[in-house]
Amino acid sequence: MKLTDLPDSRGHFGPYGGIFVAETLMAALEELRVEYDKARNDPAFMAEFEYELKHYVGRPSPVYHARRLSEQYGGAQIYLKREDLNHTGAHKINNTIGQALLARRMGKKRVIAETGAGQHGVASATVAARYGMECVVYMGAEDVIRQAPNVFRMKLLGATVVPVSSGSKTLKDALNEAMRDWVTNVESTFYILGTAAGPHPYPMLVRDFQCVIGRECLVQVPELTGRQPDAVIACVGGGSNAIGIFHPYIPYDGVRLIGVEAGGSGVETGKHAASLSAGTPGVLHGFRSYLMQDENGQIIETHSISAGLDYPGVGPEHSYLKDTGRAEYVPVNDDEAMAAFHDLCRFEGIIPALESSHAVAHAKKLAPTMKKDQIILVNLSGRGDKDINTVAKATGLTL
Amino acid sequence: MSRIGQTFTALKAQNRKALIPFITAGDPGKGLTVPLMHALVEAGVDIIELGVPFSDPMADGPVIQRASERALANKVGLKDVLAMTAEFRKTNTTTPVVLMGYANPVEHMGYEAFAQAAKAAGVDGVLTVDIPPEEAHGVADVFKAHGIDPIFLLSPTTPESRVEQVTAVAGGFIYYVSLKGVTGSASLDTGEVARKLAMVRAHCSLPVGVGFGIRDAATAEAVARIADAVVVGSRIVHEIETAPENEVINRVKHLVQDLRRGVDAASK
Ligand SMILES: Cc1ncc(COP(=O)(O)O)c(C=O)c1O
Repeated sequence: MKLTDLPDSRGHFGPYGGIFVAETLMAALEELRVEYDKARNDPAFMAEFEYELKHYVGRPSPVYHARRLSEQYGGAQIYLKREDLNHTGAHKINNTIGQALLARRMGKKRVIAETGAGQHGVASATVAARYGMECVVYMGAEDVIRQAPNVFRMKLLGATVVPVSSGSKTLKDALNEAMRDWVTNVESTFYILGTAAGPHPYPMLVRDFQCVIGRECLVQVPELTGRQPDAVIACVGGGSNAIGIFHPYIPYDGVRLIGVEAGGSGVETGKHAASLSAGTPGVLHGFRSYLMQDENGQIIETHSISAGLDYPGVGPEHSYLKDTGRAEYVPVNDDEAMAAFHDLCRFEGIIPALESSHAVAHAKKLAPTMKKDQIILVNLSGRGDKDINTVAKATGLTL
Repeated sequence: MSRIGQTFTALKAQNRKALIPFITAGDPGKGLTVPLMHALVEAGVDIIELGVPFSDPMADGPVIQRASERALANKVGLKDVLAMTAEFRKTNTTTPVVLMGYANPVEHMGYEAFAQAAKAAGVDGVLTVDIPPEEAHGVADVFKAHGIDPIFLLSPTTPESRVEQVTAVAGGFIYYVSLKGVTGSASLDTGEVARKLAMVRAHCSLPVGVGFGIRDAATAEAVARIADAVVVGSRIVHEIETAPENEVINRVKHLVQDLRRGVDAASK
């Protein structure tokens, strides 16, 4: 099977993906698979999705030539795909609109979501308000503190935010709790999963909804530069913004695809969230993929300054892209991401999300190894307003 | 015939139903699990479900989540659970032991290596909650090849069209989850369960156990009237959680004797 034709009918990307859930959810996932299959072949559904992306989200998002940053980094020209300019400030809204339209089509009036950085929670609360649905967001108790501004935004939008105090109190535990809610309320509730992970069909449908990012770039970059980029860089938490920009480029052999994981304090310290760079395959949250686990197969706690990357797994398609060599994955440490955050603020007047700063930080390493007429396209997945408390703390300031 | 099969055949001959308790291995302490297993047998249980602790017990409610956390804090992993089973088997060669847990610890050990080690330890059945039949092709065959029964769940949301697909790969018994939700959820509706079991039995010759929501002798009796086995988890784990450590065994024994009376009342 060609890489671009995956997953297979049961959701497998090579040995990865699949459906690893308790029996109670099997029927709901089958219903979702069937309904999504109808929706994506329904011109009216796709037309509404595109209308919403254009008029509500503000797409297409621009591609911007970061000239001063490129000069500073010395080497390849850096272009930014400005997902930070979307309504709600990140790429997450592309997916939540798609899933909310599916929920409405399936007659579900209650939606639930998990969130780490809070961007997916905000995007879910937003679409729930937009389409008149009840919304409950599960969020790790630690993230509720780290991302306080987003918690307030969700509440303003009418959502109920439930802090999760089990396990490591971060994104993975929020996902566990959302699954538990879903299994209990499976008939009334649509689970809006926030990244290209989880049981089939989620990795596929989240990717499809996010691919608008890469499809726009395929047109925009040649418009600006006359050709396609030499490298595309994106940060990888669960992998939705990365697969959204990578997937349309898979057939373009000359384009390097580079995913950037959270290196935390450094992969060698063990305090990180780089599952592709330092993990091994296993099963968690309904799918098989690279995972951070100990010698007993228990999931290990992850560490990253960015809540949105603080996850011990990764979407299954990335695991397969890694194994096949079509994409490369590298870690970037907290301090490197923080430096890139400040670079973008000071040289371009853009405050990026800490997640996206990881991608910028890798461009900083790669650009000097390339020629001045080469092109790096960075997916700037979100804006950094939500992170100002974290940045202030890291730099020893108080707001 | 497997030890699980023999157990159900013998019970049927006596017109009795099976009582299957669940405890998490390593909770409340590493050294208490084997004594607890023997105490369960003395209190009259027929099969023991031994929970393998996992860091992310997605299908469990707070009570069993906390048991898993306590066991992990006691550094109990899959290898320890196998060692506990082997220890139990030194003096008990008749009571079937079913390991219940999540895919990843087993996947990490490797299905073949696990099946060999489990058989050697005296494990009779394995239920990995998050491996449905669709993903179990290789796995169930490996277990069966080693004489271990692969146990699968059916639920209120399972459509009739799926029941045969599940029972085709299953061994030992079918575990019917009585309600939509996680372990430890509220009460079950026996009328609804009875209707669903009739449908299940039309497609399945294996014994059917029912679990989730059974908390006392009365619910155990009601379920024993319609099922071949009664599975009780959170209620027992709750007892373990709330009892002072030196009373755990006695308190669990009393509780299980009471459940046993409930189950047996159904055969009178
Ligand atoms: C701005 C931003 N970028 C990236 C991510 C990571 O998610 P993913 O890997 O699914 O794109 C998040 C997650 O919260 C985010 O908010």
